[in-house]
Amino acid sequence: MSDITKDAIAPPRSFLSQDAMQAFYRLLAALLICAVLAVLSDSFLSLGNILNVLRQASLTFFIASGLTLVVLTAGLDLSVGANVALSACIAGTVIHKTGSPALGVLTGLACGGIVGLLNGVMVTALRIPSFIATYGMLWVLNGLTYWYMAGETLHGFPAGFRQIGSGYLFGLPIPVYLLLVFLGIGTLFAQRTIWGQEIYAIGANPVAARLSGIPVARRLLLVYAVSGTMAGLASIIFLSRLNSAEADIGESLTLPAIAAVLIGGTSLFGGVGTVFGTFIGALILTLVLNGMNLLSVSANWQPLVTGIIVILAVWLDMKTRRRAQ
Amino acid sequence: MSNAALAIKSSPPVPLLELRSISKEFPGVKALDDVSFAVFPGEVHMLLGENGAGKSSLMKVLCGAYRADAGEFYYQGEQVAINSTADARKLGIAVIFQEFSLVPHLDIAQNIFLGREPRGRIPGTIDRRKILADARRVLGTIGFEIDPSTIVNKLGVAQQQMVEIAKAISQNARILVMDEPTAALSDRETELLFALIARLKADGVAIVYISHRMAEVFALGDRITVLRDGRRIDGVRPADVTPDQLVRMMVGRNVDMTYPRNFADKPGELLLEVKGLSSITGISDINIEVRRGEIVGLCGLVGSGRSEVARAIFGADPASSGEIVFDGKSMSGEPDLAARRGIALIPESRKSEGLALLRSVSDNLVVSALRKLFPNGLFDQGSAQRTSDGLIRQLRIATPSARQTVGLLSGGNQQKVVIGKWLAAGSKLFIFDEPTRGIDIGAKSEIFALIDRLVAEGAAALMISSEQVEICHVCDRAYVMREGRIAGHLTRSELTEENIVRLGMHHA
Repeated sequence: MSDITKDAIAPPRSFLSQDAMQAFYRLLAALLICAVLAVLSDSFLSLGNILNVLRQASLTFFIASGLTLVVLTAGLDLSVGANVALSACIAGTVIHKTGSPALGVLTGLACGGIVGLLNGVMVTALRIPSFIATYGMLWVLNGLTYWYMAGETLHGFPAGFRQIGSGYLFGLPIPVYLLLVFLGIGTLFAQRTIWGQEIYAIGANPVAARLSGIPVARRLLLVYAVSGTMAGLASIIFLSRLNSAEADIGESLTLPAIAAVLIGGTSLFGGVGTVFGTFIGALILTLVLNGMNLLSVSANWQPLVTGIIVILAVWLDMKTRRRAQ
Repeated sequence: MSNAALAIKSSPPVPLLELRSISKEFPGVKALDDVSFAVFPGEVHMLLGENGAGKSSLMKVLCGAYRADAGEFYYQGEQVAINSTADARKLGIAVIFQEFSLVPHLDIAQNIFLGREPRGRIPGTIDRRKILADARRVLGTIGFEIDPSTIVNKLGVAQQQMVEIAKAISQNARILVMDEPTAALSDRETELLFALIARLKADGVAIVYISHRMAEVFALGDRITVLRDGRRIDGVRPADVTPDQLVRMMVGRNVDMTYPRNFADKPGELLLEVKGLSSITGISDINIEVRRGEIVGLCGLVGSGRSEVARAIFGADPASSGEIVFDGKSMSGEPDLAARRGIALIPESRKSEGLALLRSVSDNLVVSALRKLFPNGLFDQGSAQRTSDGLIRQLRIATPSARQTVGLLSGGNQQKVVIGKWLAAGSKLFIFDEPTRGIDIGAKSEIFALIDRLVAEGAAALMISSEQVEICHVCDRAYVMREGRIAGHLTRSELTEENIVRLGMHHA
């Protein structure tokens, strides 16, 4: 059989790309959840509740968006939550000491970015698997934060600074604007820059990517630095919203961020997924938890439900992709 | 002496093991075609052939790893079946592979008796004293003096090989198959191994010995069987042949393939100059020149360091010494530098090293050219696809569209995609590592036509191939490698299969 006849029997691809189809399915799922909740609960569709959901989702999204890039390269960043805590505590101290929110914001972003860069160095120069490097980093950051805070709580920040996390503009919470901005930037970066293309290529086959002339180490450094910087950004929002900082604020952040990435359709094996998918993932996760609150389901059930959704989403993904192959 | 004993002595000897008309087929390739082969007790039987001649397949059939599709086995004249490695072991057949099968963290005694350890009095324990004594005895029979409680990963290659042989002997092996046993040994270690082989022969063990070294074939062999393309070509005694005759048997003369090639009248300017390049991957003092308009062959046996040279030039493995001058400028760095300067590597295993199989044809075609196609850093899917469509037409890649997943294409078309990505990048030097492996004849000549066109337009190619026919047909000249070094250089007029094989093998 010649080459030509062999390939002619392969089915042509649909006009929408795989990634676009996956994102579309997710959007449908999110809308379905909204519809169900609207029927079951009177308060779900209230403006206050919807804005609350969006604000909650934005917090998860900031961390998860950077993480998405890491996962696209077939890596993992387990240190994001601990990074948020350290960055928040350092940024908070700087604001207290200098009285300058701007300086605090910059310090928080820089702290997050430097931690991410260190992760990148461990993964590229030292060749430590990202799972282990960032897991170790999680403990190191926790240790540093606990030592630095020594049980203290930072409290009370300037009103202007607090606007970032709790302020409104034209009726919408400021974090929601930030969410839209970073959703746009993230999507453009991943889909419309050559760095984004290279990140997908690295995730799909790191060996082939290197032998295709992609500077793999430099791109990985970039990706971990971005993930860290996004954790730094999240730390600012947290600090501003909570108006306080403690050493343990990061502990409940990492796993939901990973959940959002997975529910959003990004494959842990790399090369597949979108930042937009992660946004929908964060939205679905927040909607479900919000719905359970509205329906007075005990908070004790939330981890269980999250777990089921993650497993279900990944399973459905694998099923539809396998069929597409 | 009694009459009966005399009668036995004068009758023709019975082979210890005989294979009759063994065939083994894999999809698309006949690995063994009607091969007959016999070993007698106390002889060393040399097995010779080029890469892919069927030596490994025959070895695997012998040890029961492959099941022959057709053919019969006779053990001391009686028909037997070898359907599994257990069958082979029961017949006393043991194979010493090039990759040893020892457990590195166990000691010598434990490795020799792995799975057959003498039991201690308490259930589940090993009788430590007995296992050490038994191991000492076995090691004694092969004349290897070492403490059996030494951990195996502390041993050198030669010593590990001794342990492998001891293990085989302890299982009462009567037929020992050795796959290039001296490949990793020093001269002194080789002497020790040969002494051991003489000892085993004297004990009546039959040895099947695969070698690429001419000197060994004549020094050790009692008989020689030559394989080519899965068929037994001839069986001879060393005294009756010359090395040249053996080489001709291995190469054969039934070649009628032609590939398009328009040789340039005179080579262009110097493009690549490799000076004294060495690397930890085992290549040393490599000197190579490639000029524009040339296709330069890089030949040698598998494992002679050809791919390592390709990878070192491309920056995929770091060089430990030496210099690479490309297009007049010295170069040292990672593959991204080499790619930017205009070097392309088309790796041997295109699925694992050349392509992102789950991504589209278009994604794979533009991946090396992103910076060239989108100098401002902004990627545009439409423009990438138009570029890909052009390449698909130019290379005649059979795919329903540029969006097709590349893993669904056939081998030949996948190879075209790998080449295409470097065309898009505008590379000047194309390094091909086995460009036609696993590709059907039609696609092969298309790929050679493409390479010919590339060099006619001023590019250059360095081509690694185990298919010596291909090298002879398409190359302007060739370097032949042996054990990590350039063993010789062949000009167009010297470029024959025999010369390639002669240079690639050991004569010393």
